[in-house]
Amino acid sequence: MALKIEEIKSLIKESMPDAEIIIKDLAGDENHYSATIKSKIFSGKSKIEQHKLVYKALKGKMGNELHALALNTMEN
Amino acid sequence: MNEDINIKIKSLMDQNEVCLFMKGTPEVPQCGFSSAISNVLKHLNVKFSGVNVLEDPKIREGIKIYSDWPTIPQLYIKGEFIGGCDIIKEMFEKGDLQKKLKEKDISYKEN
Repeated sequence: MALKIEEIKSLIKESMPDAEIIIKDLAGDENHYSATIKSKIFSGKSKIEQHKLVYKALKGKMGNELHALALNTMEN
Repeated sequence: MNEDINIKIKSLMDQNEVCLFMKGTPEVPQCGFSSAISNVLKHLNVKFSGVNVLEDPKIREGIKIYSDWPTIPQLYIKGEFIGGCDIIKEMFEKGDLQKKLKEKDISYKEN
């Protein structure tokens, strides 16, 4: 089962409403994405903590329905 | 969580200062992300041990719980979780991975 770009975006938005999100479908297979996410929520946090926040927003889908999501998180 | 797996994971980290939980082996990686970290470590001539999670489903699930991190690969240096593929690549490009290795007293040599 694959996740659509819009679903990924709305899940992230739910947890971080201020986020500016750019998602790319890298292989055109709805299974390998990259996401650039800019949010205030990341400020002062380590990269590991930032990525964990995104994984948490995806509610356990990462590594399951969502096979690959390359992350680039930025403080806003 | 399963205590036995936790103990096994800890002992792998104790035995190997630089430990990469990956899909496949450093010689034959089975996933692009695992291959990417493996290549960074090879480029830096870091002595590391690859743990092939595809050979042991319990370790594959256990390591995700251990670090509270949902994906493989995962890199550990002296027991500390350093990151997954995106973080390691970014750290390497910025020179932060090299700094971390130095800080942890792990020898490396850039090609």
